Amino acid sequence: MNTFDPPAAAPRGIWPKSMLSARIAKFRELGLLGFIILLSIGVQLRNPSFLTLENINDMATNTAILGILAVGMMLVIVTRGIDLSIGATLALSGMIAAQTVSAFPEIPPVAVLLIGTVTGLVSGIVIGFLVSKIGILPIIATLGMMNIFRGLTFWTSGGKWVSAHQMPVDFKAIATGKLFGINNLIVIAIIIYVIAYYFVNHTRTGRQIYAVGSNPDSAVISGINRDKILWLVYSIMGGLSGLAGVLWVSKFASAQGDTASGYELSVIAACVLGGVSIAGGSGKISGIILGSVLLGILNNALPLINISAFWQTGIQGAIILAAVLINAIVKRGVDRNHLMRRKI
Amino acid sequence: MEPRIVTNKQPFSYKRFFLQWEWMLVLLFLAITVMNMNLSEFYWDYENLRDATMGFLDKAFIVLPMVFVIILADIDISVASIVALSSVIMADLFNRGVPLELAMIICLVVGTVCGWINGMLIVKYKELSSVIITLSTMIIYRGIAYMILEDQAAGSFPDWFSYLGWGYVGSIPFILIVFTVFAVLFSLLLHKTVFGRQLYAMGNNTTAARFSGIRVDRIKVIVFTLAGLMAAVTALFLTSRMGSTRPNIAMGYELDVIAMVVLGGISTAGGKGRMIGAILAVFLIGFLRYGLGLVNVQAQILLIIIGVLLIAAVAVPQLKRSNRLTRNT
Repeated sequence: MNTFDPPAAAPRGIWPKSMLSARIAKFRELGLLGFIILLSIGVQLRNPSFLTLENINDMATNTAILGILAVGMMLVIVTRGIDLSIGATLALSGMIAAQTVSAFPEIPPVAVLLIGTVTGLVSGIVIGFLVSKIGILPIIATLGMMNIFRGLTFWTSGGKWVSAHQMPVDFKAIATGKLFGINNLIVIAIIIYVIAYYFVNHTRTGRQIYAVGSNPDSAVISGINRDKILWLVYSIMGGLSGLAGVLWVSKFASAQGDTASGYELSVIAACVLGGVSIAGGSGKISGIILGSVLLGILNNALPLINISAFWQTGIQGAIILAAVLINAIVKRGVDRNHLMRRKI
Repeated sequence: MEPRIVTNKQPFSYKRFFLQWEWMLVLLFLAITVMNMNLSEFYWDYENLRDATMGFLDKAFIVLPMVFVIILADIDISVASIVALSSVIMADLFNRGVPLELAMIICLVVGTVCGWINGMLIVKYKELSSVIITLSTMIIYRGIAYMILEDQAAGSFPDWFSYLGWGYVGSIPFILIVFTVFAVLFSLLLHKTVFGRQLYAMGNNTTAARFSGIRVDRIKVIVFTLAGLMAAVTALFLTSRMGSTRPNIAMGYELDVIAMVVLGGISTAGGKGRMIGAILAVFLIGFLRYGLGLVNVQAQILLIIIGVLLIAAVAVPQLKRSNRLTRNT
């Protein structure tokens, strides 16, 4: 006889309030989607040019780089870490790629993408080493490496810009070209999301990332190589930042020492909006897609409805704070719900 | 039976005394001085050195409360935005006809309120880390500064206002005197008061601290409010030095400040470190920047050096610990 029967006979009447928050939590992405739809309808009413195919394409192109970086950042945050260095990694690999193409204009675009990605990967491996093997807190390690990468970017360029006329047409075409009528950036982002979805949900290593994040000690006890996982996520983050660096430089047709400075905060914001918990262990691919899309819409829509550019930072900050707080309140409801179930 | 008295004071030992992180900083400081003296003949000059301190002490005011924040194992990345917001509000009010004295007080109040909001949010939503809360408020505060001034600069302060950043008392810069006063106050607060001991207790184990009767929430709010207040003090001095203000003022200060605190030997894991270390780190980085500036080393190379110093500062103690662990097992 099983003495641990689930409390099937529990009085259901005592739960309604907490059930509601649990239900919200279950469909958290749905709520975010609802918010995005409401926002889009609101903007569309004010400015009919918002939901045109052209503008949506623009918006997706502008959001693609953010989305690519958000994948790596999600993995890092899931392991309870944070990476402040990605803006600098992006700038460094973008700069190295730009200098390569301006020195060797015949080089095929794929090779440039590879050079950038490898540069980023190396940067990520260094950070991963510092975090996993030496045991420096991620925020400090990435803060230090951010300074170093940013300095290296200025150093390699000698403080000069690489501007559009120094770049061959092929290179600039990476970001403007189309595959099956869809902008290359969007295609690359979609490919990365598909791979990431498979990796995170259907491979052993992917699941181990979540295990390390939700409880590092039990992960180690159950035989997961925690150091390897940490090293891996920072390397992936670095590789993606390197790739994003090349795309960024190709898109804006200019590489500068201060490219993307402060961009790491937007990426973290996209993850947090998408429900990736900074405490580690939770975060979904669907969430970060929505988080990136929401940030992308805010960037695109606020100018369209004549909100001054100077108000955008504040509005974005307020929305991020609201999302974080609502997330926390909902989570409290869920936890209370779990407790109530246990009490019987 | 006599009760056994366990004292928390360990007997004095020369080895332990000299194996402190602060001595490492002193050595580094001497090394930098010698290096700078070799680099440039203009370095070792009382007036030059004195005036160099005026250039880097503005952000040092935030370092003091940031030591408290990091001892609590928290972090505050919104301080630079608080500097911008309080500076912008002060300048804007002044340009609208509010007397400057009143505007300066309002500047301090704005900073304090911003810090208090950070503290309250962090205490009310304990499941959210201070990184994420101060990240959001950082964007919001900076955003409000942009809403107020847009792309304008505000300024044209009266002459006496520039005394804050440029003035001397006798032959000593005014800012250096004010910083010394604050540094002594904060050191006493941290090392000689109950409040300071409570900070260390909370940094080591918040739960244990709470159960032993420390009002952890109140202390946390006080610490973040102090950070806001000192950010406003920085805003006063920085605005005075610049002569005008813009919404993008003090961009990136938060990372400089955190780097100085960590370099000063305050552990980001909480509960460890001393005020003197952070103060040494302020002067170390300040003079390093000044000396390299004299011989036209690019600011970017300096970024690399600071990054390496920062990582080395954290890595060395970690390596020592892991060595000991492997030897024991």
